[in-house]
Amino acid sequence: MTAPSSQLPATHSSGIAFILKKAFISACVALILFSLMIGIRTLPNESGQLTYVTRFPQLAAMVAIVFGGSIVVELLRLWWGPVDTARVIPPSIQSALDFGGRLIAPALLIFALLVPVIFYQQRYILDLAILVLTYVMLGWGLNVVVGLAGLLDLGYVAFYAVGAYSYALLATNFGLGFWECLPLAGLLAACWGVMLGFPVLRLRGDYLAIVTLAFGEIIRLVIVNWQDLTGGPNGISGIPRPTFFGIPLVPGDNGFAAKLGIPFSPTHRIVFLFYLILALALLTNWVTIRLRRLPIGRAWEALREDEVACRALGINITTTKLSAFAIGAMFGGFAGAFFATRQGFISPESFTFQESALVLAIVVLGGMGSQLGVALSAFAMIGGFELFRGFDQYRMLVFGIAMVLLMVWRPRGLIGHRAPTVFLEHNRAIAADLVKEGRG
Amino acid sequence: MSAADTPLLAVHGLRAAYGKIEALKGIDLEIRRGEIVTLIGANGAGKSTLMMTIFGRPRAKAGRIEFDGHDITGAATHQIARMRIAQSPEGRRIFPRMTVAENLQMGADATESNDVDRAASLERVLTLFPRLKERMIQRGGTLSGGEQQMLAIGRALMSRPRLLMLDEPSLGLAPLIARQIFDAIRILNRDDGLTVLVVEQNANHALRLAHRGYVMVNGLITLSGTGAELLARPEIRAAYLEGGRTA
Repeated sequence: MTAPSSQLPATHSSGIAFILKKAFISACVALILFSLMIGIRTLPNESGQLTYVTRFPQLAAMVAIVFGGSIVVELLRLWWGPVDTARVIPPSIQSALDFGGRLIAPALLIFALLVPVIFYQQRYILDLAILVLTYVMLGWGLNVVVGLAGLLDLGYVAFYAVGAYSYALLATNFGLGFWECLPLAGLLAACWGVMLGFPVLRLRGDYLAIVTLAFGEIIRLVIVNWQDLTGGPNGISGIPRPTFFGIPLVPGDNGFAAKLGIPFSPTHRIVFLFYLILALALLTNWVTIRLRRLPIGRAWEALREDEVACRALGINITTTKLSAFAIGAMFGGFAGAFFATRQGFISPESFTFQESALVLAIVVLGGMGSQLGVALSAFAMIGGFELFRGFDQYRMLVFGIAMVLLMVWRPRGLIGHRAPTVFLEHNRAIAADLVKEGRG
Repeated sequence: MSAADTPLLAVHGLRAAYGKIEALKGIDLEIRRGEIVTLIGANGAGKSTLMMTIFGRPRAKAGRIEFDGHDITGAATHQIARMRIAQSPEGRRIFPRMTVAENLQMGADATESNDVDRAASLERVLTLFPRLKERMIQRGGTLSGGEQQMLAIGRALMSRPRLLMLDEPSLGLAPLIARQIFDAIRILNRDDGLTVLVVEQNANHALRLAHRGYVMVNGLITLSGTGAELLARPEIRAAYLEGGRTA
């Protein structure tokens, strides 16, 4: 114990000089940036000429805030320890944490199932819960592409749009029901996933990101400009609401409430939508978990780790990549169809790049490849957005700061731990036999 | 029977290029069943390229590659892997965030194999490298360099290959560990009859290990012979064994 404690003051004093230096540099950068942005303000005078006023107190305040903030951030880093250092945690607390960690997912699932019961009277919370679950599903869908296969996709919203428009067009033009359209929407989105996948087979990293970004914009622009089919910027309205497997959730004799013999309430539909998106999200989760344990899922993860090694093992890179794009896109398509039936109205405005960025942020912040992490971060991001709705213009600021802090302390995302997919029950038995005859 | 006479791998007049830079300028090479063949040469001689071209990437520009009498010249890498040619690439390239068990499983995934085969392959790999057995649930990235090399070879073995190609298995390893790796190759060849192609810069070790060797210079094979013959040749000693090349 003596050795570390005698070392600590030394590192601290050098740390303080370092922190002050860093804060000073930050303050200088802030001074340069803000001197024009804040220090000088242009105003038209009475005769319409442009004059300027100086705002030095505000400028000084901003620079001081940056200086102080930089010190605080560095101190926090010092106390929390550098990234990736192992912290000594007593075994009892560690095992309690592990136990708690294992309970999170089932507890969240039970809570999710009970949300409509608990918040039956609060329509706002139900709507918010549906929104959160939509993003959980999108996050899980994108997680297949980005988290598992490691293919950075900035145009994921395109598949969401394809799914939404597939349902909207099929339902309004051909009178198909939601349950017939859902697989079709998924299938069409998957086809577009493969169409995107083919040209980008050889691309990686930044180049892949740019092309997928462009793809997302192409889909949106086609929707905006193909007025005859999509209605252009006016969107499509009057999209049929979902039915309870054929029984409409409407007042009247044919409605769901009348069949059950209970009084009609508009909340029934909301509750139904909630369970619908919950089921779709859980389907996404279940399929992903199953796929991870199959050779194709392992191949995705191996592809993320090292493409050259995959080739050396004779893994078919083409089918591996295309299947990741197709399956990710399919879930996006399902979510899109749900979105269309929930809103009853869709327009290209719902499918901007911002949506892609949001879903990607959910995946990255949650921990690439971690199902629970993605769910938690979708909850935090969408819920957080709503929480800060009152602050309106500061919302993005808080959001940005939260992202920076998270990446400083948890660079692999909320849940950066990766659960292994190959378990060793029967292998252990073999291994035990081998101990006797083992060489070396 | 002709099956026994035909070499397992035969390369005729093979040429390959990266863009305009020709890396292989007409290679002829043969590997017979049950042989260890080594390919030695300086940096940039084209050794790794030759190995990768046999595995289908980069594609051969000219020439012919035959495996067990079948032409595999234009085949895709996954088709070649399915013919049970396995390779351990240069620099090991294990999957760092996946566990040792998952890494090994990946090796078996590319070829069709049932659970019995997989269990047998796994047993073989763990007998050969008992150290991996203790590390099965550890992530690949946490292994030492020698263990990673064992894992890379083990991963290649999981597909029950008929031809194993190793690219610089001793790269960056301590001499003792390198010797363990070479011993393992020798055991695989002797006990399992596995045919092995080893690309090496460590000419001394490689030539002692191999039945036959080829020397590559600038995309061409300049010398070939048994390991002992090549070891005895003065120009080999000068160029690859006793430091600096004598021009």
